[in-house]
Amino acid sequence: MSDLFQPAKNLFTAMKFVAKGGKWYYGWLALLSLFIFIGAISYIKQLDKGMILTAMRDQVSWGFYISNFTFLVGVAAAAVLLVVPAYLYNFKPIKEIVLLGEILAITAIIMCLMFVISDLGRPERGWHILPLIGAMHFPASLLAWDVLVLNGYLAINCIAVFYVLYRLSLGKEYKMSVLWPIIILSIPWAISIHTVTAFLYNGLSARPFWNASILAPRFIASALCSGPALMLLIFQIVRRVSKMEISNTAIFKIAELIAYTMGLNLFLFAAEFFKEFYSGSVHLAPMQYLYFGLHGHSNLVIWMWLAFIFNLTAFFIFLRPKTRENFFTLNLACVLIITGVYIEKGMGLIVPGFIPDVLGEIYEYGPSLIEKGVALGIWAAGALFFTLFLKFALPVYTGELRFKSSGFERKE
Amino acid sequence: MLKKTGKHPLYKSVDRRSFLKGTAFGLASLAIPFGTSDASVWDAFFQKHFREMDDDEIKSVIKRMEKEYADEYKTDFKIKTTGPLPGVKFGYGLDLSLCIGCRRCVYACVKENNQSRDPQIHWITVLQFKNGERWVNVFEEADRYYNPQEVPEEGHFYMPVQCQQCENPPCVKVCPTQATWKERDGIVVIDYNWCIGCRYCMAACPYGARHFNWGKPHIDKSEINPDVHYFGNRPRYKGVVEKCTFCIQRTRENPGRYPACVEICPVGARKFGNLLDPESEIRYCIENKRVFRLKEDLNTSPKFYYFFSI
Repeated sequence: MSDLFQPAKNLFTAMKFVAKGGKWYYGWLALLSLFIFIGAISYIKQLDKGMILTAMRDQVSWGFYISNFTFLVGVAAAAVLLVVPAYLYNFKPIKEIVLLGEILAITAIIMCLMFVISDLGRPERGWHILPLIGAMHFPASLLAWDVLVLNGYLAINCIAVFYVLYRLSLGKEYKMSVLWPIIILSIPWAISIHTVTAFLYNGLSARPFWNASILAPRFIASALCSGPALMLLIFQIVRRVSKMEISNTAIFKIAELIAYTMGLNLFLFAAEFFKEFYSGSVHLAPMQYLYFGLHGHSNLVIWMWLAFIFNLTAFFIFLRPKTRENFFTLNLACVLIITGVYIEKGMGLIVPGFIPDVLGEIYEYGPSLIEKGVALGIWAAGALFFTLFLKFALPVYTGELRFKSSGFERKE
Repeated sequence: MLKKTGKHPLYKSVDRRSFLKGTAFGLASLAIPFGTSDASVWDAFFQKHFREMDDDEIKSVIKRMEKEYADEYKTDFKIKTTGPLPGVKFGYGLDLSLCIGCRRCVYACVKENNQSRDPQIHWITVLQFKNGERWVNVFEEADRYYNPQEVPEEGHFYMPVQCQQCENPPCVKVCPTQATWKERDGIVVIDYNWCIGCRYCMAACPYGARHFNWGKPHIDKSEINPDVHYFGNRPRYKGVVEKCTFCIQRTRENPGRYPACVEICPVGARKFGNLLDPESEIRYCIENKRVFRLKEDLNTSPKFYYFFSI
């Protein structure tokens, strides 16, 4: 009964599932496609004229792209780290959390790679960084480490998701004995991607704002706020549009955990704030620029205080059982945290590394139209990828979508 | 020669490269119309890391580049690949008590080293300070865009900054592709054909010495300097990083010539020589003047010494 064309038929079945949807679904896809189109046009322009179309210059040589990259590494790490509390608290929907978290991690890493490639002056030479075919500067360069851990993380999560969906799509239960080792590996690996990314900045003695030991812990703490907050929103959407069941208990428990991680994040922030302002050395300048402005330059001040207020408000919302168990305030707090951390771990982290620059100049950076266009396109591409992936994975998970076996694998 | 100057973790380069070449040619032939696929474009794409090439490969690369540059700038180019001279480690001295902030060094450097005129790239930045203000390691009060009728301005002093050719260069450490390294004579060089333009080195450099080609570099054909070195002043490409190389195309000659900035300085504030030669002028300055180096706290150990003769 082996059928050579079965894989093709299966693909067709999957396509039918992915293509089916209501008017909201099609509208969403159309909107994302439009954004991707804008992004593609922007990127082609940038390739043609060079990065002079961005607002980056020698003084501020990394900007919006690297900011987005940094934030997304946090999302990728934290989505999978949710497995730990899910396991400890024995949540019923732990498998759902694992699956959704890993699909989100895959999406975030792909977006990270797109942002980094957008930031390269010579993207066609990207292969120079690879081991064996290129000249990877390992272990000296932290960027080489980042390439390894990010791609390794991508591979681990792809393997896990592929295994689960492959088994389920053939109507077989997947074996936890196979999946657990992968998950156990992915948890420390998730920590490592964010740590290595923090070290990438942390190791530069030329940039006092980054060259502070608190950087990596703050990275992890803030990622443990924004990642789960994003997951909470996704859980609610998923259980509304599919038959996947995610209990309120699990959602409220995660909200409670966010209160603790946000508490930690705010504490680490206070520690850094105190050290810089109380000692008041010359290395205070970037912090001064961020929160009060420096020599009349204050582009980021409003954003940094907004981020702080957002994070603080969300902290109190999640701390009180009454407000974290009310879906309006819960979702409000999620949005506040995602925005707050996006500002703090994006532009608020990258730009002050360069202000003032190493020769004391202040060049105020704000992303150009091209940079915004490319970023919009990448975010839309990520959202599209995630939507289509879920559109396929959810029915497989709930048993609505089943493939016929091609008859090649052994019978069980 | 140059090939042996540093450790390189790679081996079996030919096999894997030709494998990659074959695969990519296959893929590329699908994407690129045959009429437009100029062979030299692909040779440039697959060009190896400089220190992986043997002499014949270097020769053919140089030949290809000389043709590319000749086509673009309508001048015959001579691209040198002169290696470091034995027993030489270059050092630089700058006499702050003489510098008048005229920026002749900046523009002599631009001309000699074929820096892009539009967008403008300068390898030397001259900082102007007011007397009595913070300086040395805190540059926030510095003005790099000063533009008076006459220099030096009353009540001001000047400090030119360029690549400090660190013995312990942070830019080299962070480069993810080994596109930049320190040569035996102490000069930190970049292979402009291997740099991917990630700008990690620019984030790592404490002296603002590295500059990026944000746009396509533009130099008037009449202003081009065709006497170039592979690691030095050959015209650069859009999207790669560049920096001062102590005029590698001049200083590695035998007998060597001074860097353009040393040669042009009207007050003789700039000194250059071999740190390993006890009789050299630079050694005299280090041993007899009060010298200091920028940002000593970072342990980069620059080979660029500031001093005061008065």
